Amino acid sequence: MTQPLIVYRSLRQHALSTLITAGGIALAAGLLMTVWRVKVESQAAFTQTSAGFDAVLGARGSKLQLVLNAIFHLEASPGNVAAADAEAIRRHPMVKTAIPIAVGDNLRGFRLVGTVPDLFTGVEYAPGRKYAIEAGGRLFAADQREAVAGSFAAQRLGLRVGSVFRPFHGLNFDPKAEHAEEFTVTGILAPTNTPADRVIWLPLRGIQTMAGHDPKAATDVSAVLLQLRTPTAGFMLDMLYNKQGNRLTFAFPVGAIMAELFGKISWFDRVLELVAYLVALVAAGSVLASIYNSMSARQRDLAILRALGARRRTVFGAVVAEATVIGALGALAGLAAHFALYAGVAGLIRAQTGVVLTPWAFHQVLVLCPLAMTALCALGGIVPAVKAYRTPVAETIAPVS
Amino acid sequence: MLAVRQLSKSFSGPDGARVPVVSVAEFDLAAGEQLALRGESGSGKTTFLHLIAGILAADAGEVRIDGVGMTALGEPARDRLRAEKLGYIFQTFNLLQGFTVLENVLLGMSFGPRGADRAHARAVLERVGLGHRLEHFPRQLSTGQQQRVAVARALANRPRLVLADEPTGNLDTRHAGEALALIREVCREQAAALLLVSHDEGVLGQFALRRDFAELNQAVGEARR
Repeated sequence: MTQPLIVYRSLRQHALSTLITAGGIALAAGLLMTVWRVKVESQAAFTQTSAGFDAVLGARGSKLQLVLNAIFHLEASPGNVAAADAEAIRRHPMVKTAIPIAVGDNLRGFRLVGTVPDLFTGVEYAPGRKYAIEAGGRLFAADQREAVAGSFAAQRLGLRVGSVFRPFHGLNFDPKAEHAEEFTVTGILAPTNTPADRVIWLPLRGIQTMAGHDPKAATDVSAVLLQLRTPTAGFMLDMLYNKQGNRLTFAFPVGAIMAELFGKISWFDRVLELVAYLVALVAAGSVLASIYNSMSARQRDLAILRALGARRRTVFGAVVAEATVIGALGALAGLAAHFALYAGVAGLIRAQTGVVLTPWAFHQVLVLCPLAMTALCALGGIVPAVKAYRTPVAETIAPVS
Repeated sequence: MLAVRQLSKSFSGPDGARVPVVSVAEFDLAAGEQLALRGESGSGKTTFLHLIAGILAADAGEVRIDGVGMTALGEPARDRLRAEKLGYIFQTFNLLQGFTVLENVLLGMSFGPRGADRAHARAVLERVGLGHRLEHFPRQLSTGQQQRVAVARALANRPRLVLADEPTGNLDTRHAGEALALIREVCREQAAALLLVSHDEGVLGQFALRRDFAELNQAVGEARR
């Protein structure tokens, strides 16, 4: 009972500094775990999100922009694909499914995407998962001014079955750019935890023929989402469109293109990581400083313990144990801080991109980081523990008479 | 019980020269015996007690407690012997302020051979009249009560020898008398030898066995020469 009692009483005696120090560790551990998980899990989520498609065909330009626009519903469209080109790829023997999409309008900042009903009836957005309309709704009719709202967009905009809205021109919300056409919501998509949740889906013709759009481009599409019959088909089509052709861009494979993006911004990850490591080091340093500063006040107690028969290693161990406990308390609180922080970041990422990160999912960093922080704090406790170890008993305990 | 032979200790002075503080050729105390050492401030009597307790390492000489040569032992063994055989009562009590009365006694016991025996700690505290103050902190007690905690802590391990350094120095006359009577009584009950140092003639007068530390300690003369 000796060491736990000594540690407990010491922590109680220095409760304020214990709390502040543990709070610093909690923030550091929380930040470290969050940075780590956001980095790893967002990369995984973005590179694994393909909406069920192998490739995207779009106007000549950046493959990344094309993928961001067509799969993630971010960024502007690099241009249009002529109807003939869309039809040609649809009929290509190596293509299993071709879904055209058209973008260019929004509803109070949420993107309107025109497409064909086949997207919802024939495509698995993830293995074994097809789009579903929530009870009480139905899919839009291809020749009507109807819409199906993604679950997140519907929730944010307050859309229900039967809601009527007028689109706004452009991808960014401008209240002055309202179209005259009215669309009626016929269904709400069941949540898919993909970018599709942030989209309001219209019939392709609905977007193409909206008043104010260029009538010459009324049959053009923004991109064609493709499922290929074989993986080798992707390399052959890449050759056909990207190397031999010069009018269109064939983005394949989707995951690899997103991975390239993360490769380009990896320096930012490293900076974040470095900051988090520095914060962790500073937190461990604060444990050292906090206990070290309290040592002069505690040396008398330690000397008394030694006079009562405590060995040097007992007082050394008690100080290291105290630092370890502060570290462990901070690391535990850090888990709570992490989940709060991560939930916030995940909410932000979902709101901005539709990509869902699950705060409660297990990741090994949730075990390793608290353990490492605790070990680091124990290490920080060694310096004051050495001071405790060296406490001169006779001089500290009583005036020599 | 206690045998001291040719014990010496010196410290470095401001000029770096060694200043002898304790030089005791021979000193003995039998089991259960109670002896008072008279000594003025600065006479080296606290250092003498520290050397006996093994808190300080001697330059030379021997201290034997219950047949065990303390001075020949390494520090961890000295710590163990101190916890097993010795009780120490300090002038300033040296209670651990962040710990309750019961915890102060339990901690003292925890380094000894029997470990922290809660029932025994309670019994000792009840014996010194503090059974109703177990969960109090030292700052919540009167000076006299704090001294009684120190007595309980020193005796809780059933020591063979109790060293008391000016144990009544911080108490008024009435409380000093009570504290001294308690220390002697409890030592007698536990058959522990008592070596008390004081400069207070009122305290010294109560002991049948008294010695003058200045006569015992040749270092005083050496230092003055």
